Amino acid sequence: MWVYEKKLQYPVRVSKCNPMLAKFLIEQYGGADGELAAALRYLNQRYSIPDKVVGLLTDIGTEEFAHLEMIATMVYKLTKDATPDEMREAGLGDHYANHDNALFYHNAAGAPWTATYIQAKGDPIADLYEDIAAEEKARATYQWIINMSDDPDLNDGLSFLREREVVHSQRFREAVEILKEERDRKKIF
Amino acid sequence: MSTYRKSWRPYIGPNDPCPPIEIKYYETPPNLYLGYQPYGLKQFDPSTALFKGTLWPALYAPYSNPYKKKREEEE
Repeated sequence: MWVYEKKLQYPVRVSKCNPMLAKFLIEQYGGADGELAAALRYLNQRYSIPDKVVGLLTDIGTEEFAHLEMIATMVYKLTKDATPDEMREAGLGDHYANHDNALFYHNAAGAPWTATYIQAKGDPIADLYEDIAAEEKARATYQWIINMSDDPDLNDGLSFLREREVVHSQRFREAVEILKEERDRKKIF
Repeated sequence: MSTYRKSWRPYIGPNDPCPPIEIKYYETPPNLYLGYQPYGLKQFDPSTALFKGTLWPALYAPYSNPYKKKREEEE
């Protein structure tokens, strides 16, 4: 089970009214390398992975949901006061036709989230390498969004999220090292 | 020398519905340990290499079902 704290992991501030950024940010909400895919990937893999790294997957998977909330807050702030015309001008006309101003799990191009974005091969090494790759791809996505954003307050939040991807990648690499260790072998000195 | 298969003992609950698999295995193939492959590693002769799928013994790690032997022993 989870304990919920009714606050964000890091403050989300959006200083410019730029609904088009929401269209790009939604990639990290419902895209292949987004926070939803990350959370579900890790929290699912943890059941069958060796027990030494289960806790890591639980912790990181949980944190990804906190990141998902931050992205949702950013998108919501950028679109909640957008009129239908403004939504259309921002490239969100297709989204508005289907969802009004509601958030939805799809990527920047409008393709709905799918479970095929995540993998659970059951092989601990294959799964952890998948996780490392996912973190690097999420880091890259944050970079591309920052490159397109001219909002320093929003970029502050995105920079925090990008940094967390770096840390998570490092922790997954350490998990691989743990699984590589010769734990069964008797050490003779 | 690293081993290319590791084992671990999953938690066995007192109320698990099925007989437990006490030891589970996973593969840690040689590519995890080699890093950038050094020059001059020992080589198989060419015809052996074609059969084995690699020129280098250091990368040769054939797979076998780790659970099969266990089952035969039990029977």
